Amino acid sequence: MTAAQGKAADGKTIQTVVRTAMRRCGTGRDALLAVLIHVQRHMGHLPDEAIAAVATAMRLTHGEVAGVVSFYAFFHQEPFGLYDCRLADNIIERHAGNAAVQERLGTLLKGGLGTLSTTSCIGLSDQAPGALIDGAPIPSLKDDRLEQVVHLMEKEIPVARWPGSLSRVKPNVRRADRILQQQAWQGEALRQAMTQGAAAFLEELELSGLRGMGGAGFPTARKWHSVREAAVTERVVVCNADEGEPGTFKDRVLLQRHAAALFEGMTICGWCVGARHGFVYLRGEYRYLLPILQRKLAARRRAGLLGQGILGVQGFDFDIQIRLGAGAYVCGEESALLESLEGKRGVPRPRPPYPVEAGFQALPTVVNNVETLSAACLVAVHGGAWYAAVGTAASRGTKLFSVSGDCSRPGVYELPMGTPLQELLQLAGAHRTQAVQMGGASGALVAPHDFGEPIAFEALPPGGSVMIFDQSRSISGIVHNFACFFAHESCGFCTPCRVGTRLQRDLVHKFTLGHGDAADLSELKELGLLMGRASHCGLGQSAGRAVGDALQYFPEHFPIASPDAFVQLETALEQARALRQAGGHTP
Amino acid sequence: MRFVIDGMTIEAQAGDTILTACRRAGYYIPHLCFHGDLPAQGNCRLCLVESKGRLLPSCLTKVTDGMEVASATEQLHTLRLRLTQMLFVEGNHICPSCEASGNCMLQALGYRLGLLDNHYPQFFPRRPLDASHPQMILDFNRCIQCQLCVRASDQLDQKHAFVVAGRGGEAHITASSSNGQLGSTSFAATDHAAGICPVGVFLGKGVGYVTPIGERRYDRADIAQAGDRNA
Ligand SMILES: Cc1cc2nc3c(=O)[nH]c(=O)nc-3n(C[C@H](O)[C@H](O)[C@H](O)COP(=O)(O)O)c2cc1C
Ligand code: SF4
Ligand code: SF4
Repeated sequence: MTAAQGKAADGKTIQTVVRTAMRRCGTGRDALLAVLIHVQRHMGHLPDEAIAAVATAMRLTHGEVAGVVSFYAFFHQEPFGLYDCRLADNIIERHAGNAAVQERLGTLLKGGLGTLSTTSCIGLSDQAPGALIDGAPIPSLKDDRLEQVVHLMEKEIPVARWPGSLSRVKPNVRRADRILQQQAWQGEALRQAMTQGAAAFLEELELSGLRGMGGAGFPTARKWHSVREAAVTERVVVCNADEGEPGTFKDRVLLQRHAAALFEGMTICGWCVGARHGFVYLRGEYRYLLPILQRKLAARRRAGLLGQGILGVQGFDFDIQIRLGAGAYVCGEESALLESLEGKRGVPRPRPPYPVEAGFQALPTVVNNVETLSAACLVAVHGGAWYAAVGTAASRGTKLFSVSGDCSRPGVYELPMGTPLQELLQLAGAHRTQAVQMGGASGALVAPHDFGEPIAFEALPPGGSVMIFDQSRSISGIVHNFACFFAHESCGFCTPCRVGTRLQRDLVHKFTLGHGDAADLSELKELGLLMGRASHCGLGQSAGRAVGDALQYFPEHFPIASPDAFVQLETALEQARALRQAGGHTP
Repeated sequence: MRFVIDGMTIEAQAGDTILTACRRAGYYIPHLCFHGDLPAQGNCRLCLVESKGRLLPSCLTKVTDGMEVASATEQLHTLRLRLTQMLFVEGNHICPSCEASGNCMLQALGYRLGLLDNHYPQFFPRRPLDASHPQMILDFNRCIQCQLCVRASDQLDQKHAFVVAGRGGEAHITASSSNGQLGSTSFAATDHAAGICPVGVFLGKGVGYVTPIGERRYDRADIAQAGDRNA
């Protein structure tokens, strides 16, 4: 990488890099993000000259390119040195002792060897603490493995030459059911759907009760139906593989091991709604999955499962492109995702219009989660009634859960919808559980009296992530981590979220220090309601949820401090006197 | 088409949003990031109104025949007060000595909502001044991120002189030139973008305090009657 930086300092080389990037990624406005990712990869960073070169080549203003660069956390304008080390800093990683890693690597990298930064969640909470080093996932970064990394870094060995065992990500599937037991479809599911015909298949999908697995639980059949009915000639299918919700990693497993089901599901969707273009929006943190996904796509093209005349059917054209994100949680929100796919800053759009009406480049677009699209294959093969036979009235089928935190068997569990949380906790080997965060940072903090509740859309939110906290954990510390996350990930577009998430972060922080007072308590409650009701998108709307739950169910973790608890009058006066003696102006 | 807001019936035309219909009828709904010459984007959130128990940005929500909307409620009053206070603490506002005082829509909203304190702790951000342009100083300490200048320069002036950069608390408006300076863009003081700021970011060089403080637009009348500074 150092060599590349040397070359790139020369203006001509930057132009060459940009030209190559545009040849590979496209020349249109929507290729901007991809071009920037390419250029940074080849130069190590994105200096102003690179931004200028991209702007000139793509006929954009410098500011427009710089505005995109500064939106995404993975772009950086300064060189990183030999190692770009991003340590996961979600609460699970904190509890797993990432502070030790931070200290060990921080000292090592300080002298210019590399850069250590933190990032919220990299989809490795089941193997915490983890880091992305030059994009490579390094799970279970402790003990011997940490020492091994330190050793390699001391010898300045590039990550590409590190032993493969260091970056091996265990799938950690603890319980597989229908979705995870699917075979690697090679057109069988697609053929089944096609024999039924699109209208009949949509009826099966409706009957299955399949709902979006990305969090919101919108009926999938209705979404596909709207796009199919749109009076246009071009439609688009987008797979949301942003998996940004802290503590979620089930899509990682689907992408790692079951990409065939995802691609087949997308193709079924493309056929059903009449789309020719499919995109997988893959979070930048999962870049390491890109080569294997690309290989699988290529194999499917060779097998006639993608491209023109799929399965030999004249006029059935559909192909899938993978586009990378660059470190922005908000880009998991479907309309921000579409903006990002168009190469822009990931700012959520006003709704309506919804993506099914005007999505990618204003075309009617299905946006579905990885798991939703994979599950669609099951409906094609087994029919709607079979799918719906499991689960609850409002939540059919099975669901993948990413389980992490204080339990002996973290990993992915596929369970019927409606399984009581208690049962999942037992399976995972959780003891003395104090609280469970369901559905990621934006989900609900569940207290023991609700552990008997079923996990389903109508009860405990079935979003992918289940983070377990035992009695030893500080509740205010946990929600402070989430509050910091939201303040960091707010896109900054609307007032309540841009300002409110920072106010919330600082107020919760006071309670972690034991400095909170009664006014802070009521302020926090009011802020949560305000963000929830007034924000433009789901990020701000849910930013106060976990904090609100914590205040409601764990009030003892938010004690009201007496002034003496944090103002040590004598010490403060002592400090003031010392300052005055040192020549300061303090009285 | 008709709808009811705060008990009053208002005529609306096809395609109207709640806010445009109300403005035509002379019924004031607070707003900062809206301007009649530009498509609405709904980020200041001050124009939120309530319908069927949900809050909706009136600048983006299309009127449907017979819909019932509430704007002048106690709850919305508090919400707007808090949003205004958020905008105050997020920037560095110095009303008594600000050139825009009395002409500023944020300050005027503060008056109208009975804003007597900041309520929240001040952020005291460090924001740069851009004095590079021969005719105009940009004092971003007053910026409320309505993005009106960005949109006006893009859509009315076709100059793309401004952009939004950064994310979240770091999000900010800046000139689109490679050095980030307004003087290096084609911006002119006669641009639509120059006159559209609802607060006091755009300050003309060589002029100032022409109308004495106390005799300005919102010193004389409430914003609901005096209308938008940038109209
Ligand atoms: C802030 C935010 C982040 C989100 N992140 C994701 C994500 O990482 N993956 C995902 O599938 N859906 C995410 N969603 C939900 C999407 O907006 C959308 O509902 C989903 O992709 C639709 O697919 P589905 O119907 O299959 O669930 C997020 C929503 C919000 C508001
Ligand atoms: S709620 Fe937050 S993330 Fe969503 S648009 Fe507003 S500022 Fe952006
Ligand atoms: S811009 Fe408006 S609110 Fe800000 S200091 Fe000036 S007068 Fe006050």
